[in-house]
Amino acid sequence: MSSEALVVCHECDLLLREVPLEAGGLARCTRCGCNLYRHQPEGLERSLVFALTAVVLFVIANSFPIVSMNSRGLMSSTTLLGAVGVLLHDDMPSVALLVFVTTFLMPALEIGALIYLLLPLKLGRVPPAVPSVFRLLHAVQPWSMVEVFMLGLLVTISKLAAMASVVPGIALWSFVLLMFAVSAAVAGFDVRIFWARVGALR
Amino acid sequence: MTAGTALVTGASAGVLACHTCGLTQRAAPEAHGLTCARCGSSLHFRKPDSISRAWALLIAAYVLIIPANLLPVMQTGSLFGSEKDTILSGVIYLWTSGSQPLAIILFIASIAIPAAKLLSLTFLLVSVQRRSLWAPRERTRLYRVVEAVGRWSMIDVYVAAMLTALVQFGSLMSIRAGSGAIAFGAVVVLTIFAAESFDPRLIWDRAEPAEPAEPANGEKQ
Repeated sequence: MSSEALVVCHECDLLLREVPLEAGGLARCTRCGCNLYRHQPEGLERSLVFALTAVVLFVIANSFPIVSMNSRGLMSSTTLLGAVGVLLHDDMPSVALLVFVTTFLMPALEIGALIYLLLPLKLGRVPPAVPSVFRLLHAVQPWSMVEVFMLGLLVTISKLAAMASVVPGIALWSFVLLMFAVSAAVAGFDVRIFWARVGALR
Repeated sequence: MTAGTALVTGASAGVLACHTCGLTQRAAPEAHGLTCARCGSSLHFRKPDSISRAWALLIAAYVLIIPANLLPVMQTGSLFGSEKDTILSGVIYLWTSGSQPLAIILFIASIAIPAAKLLSLTFLLVSVQRRSLWAPRERTRLYRVVEAVGRWSMIDVYVAAMLTALVQFGSLMSIRAGSGAIAFGAVVVLTIFAAESFDPRLIWDRAEPAEPAEPANGEKQ
């Protein structure tokens, strides 16, 4: 059923013959110019390392206040889930849900799925339900928006700084690092090498 | 490297690639209900009902972008009365109060990107329905950009959420997210779904082969 030597462009449907790439190479479609595939021999290892780093950062980022503000004796601070809670009690369940899903649930699933797939593979085993978890990872990715949340935080802080003194918390720095760790983990996940390894171990 | 000398599409050759894992597999052109042999995703040559789904989501977004811009996204209550800020008035306030870089970021993320996204998707849908042959490569690139930048519109939702959580000092000063934030969030979500439903291969289905293909070049990143 499968014909490994052919590639179909997912944006213009051009049928192409697969060409071997050097490490770090990128194959582009000749007709529409979109990225077809990359070759990252060490990608999966890098992805796993950054995903494990992301777990630690994710826990820290959600356990401590992101920012504290102090305006004429009035103090306040919030964590990410604290903000979701406030919105929930403030009759904004849809906004609370949107924030919770895009900045907490989806990133958590994304990191979890990467580790679930890559850690056993590194230890020479294929975890159960690889196809389902792989599909979950693919479905979750467009909705994981840590980097957008980061920019939102910077805008929030700049806005608050005009009326109060703002102290960035440890969670803010964790979010900055989390953003890079998640991006690096996703970028290193070489789909083709992943399935080749799964196939070899089965 | 193309198969053969002329440009052949996957659909005409009975070959398709899984949207999720990329595995190339053979299938009969009229086959239905196929699943990927490797990852189990459903397979199709073209996304099903791409145009009508994208239109439905897009029209819903067009409707909601009106309340998103007219209703307040944030309400600030203090001892001196209450203020309601729409997206635009928030941007104008930032501009006039001396935070021009911030105003530019918010203008691009909350006003320019959603508007450009709606117009671009409309243009892509109309051009595909009119079987346009014009600039398929550029239209594909436009689609790629639309897909990539949509998420950045969420900035305003996050700002409203964090300000609501932080500024809660009862009658002294408190900020609440307004109903405009709900509509705005819905616009962002709807346009992301609309972009996902659109199938860029439809752009090429009508187009002639533009030029003889050269080998896919492995570029060093």
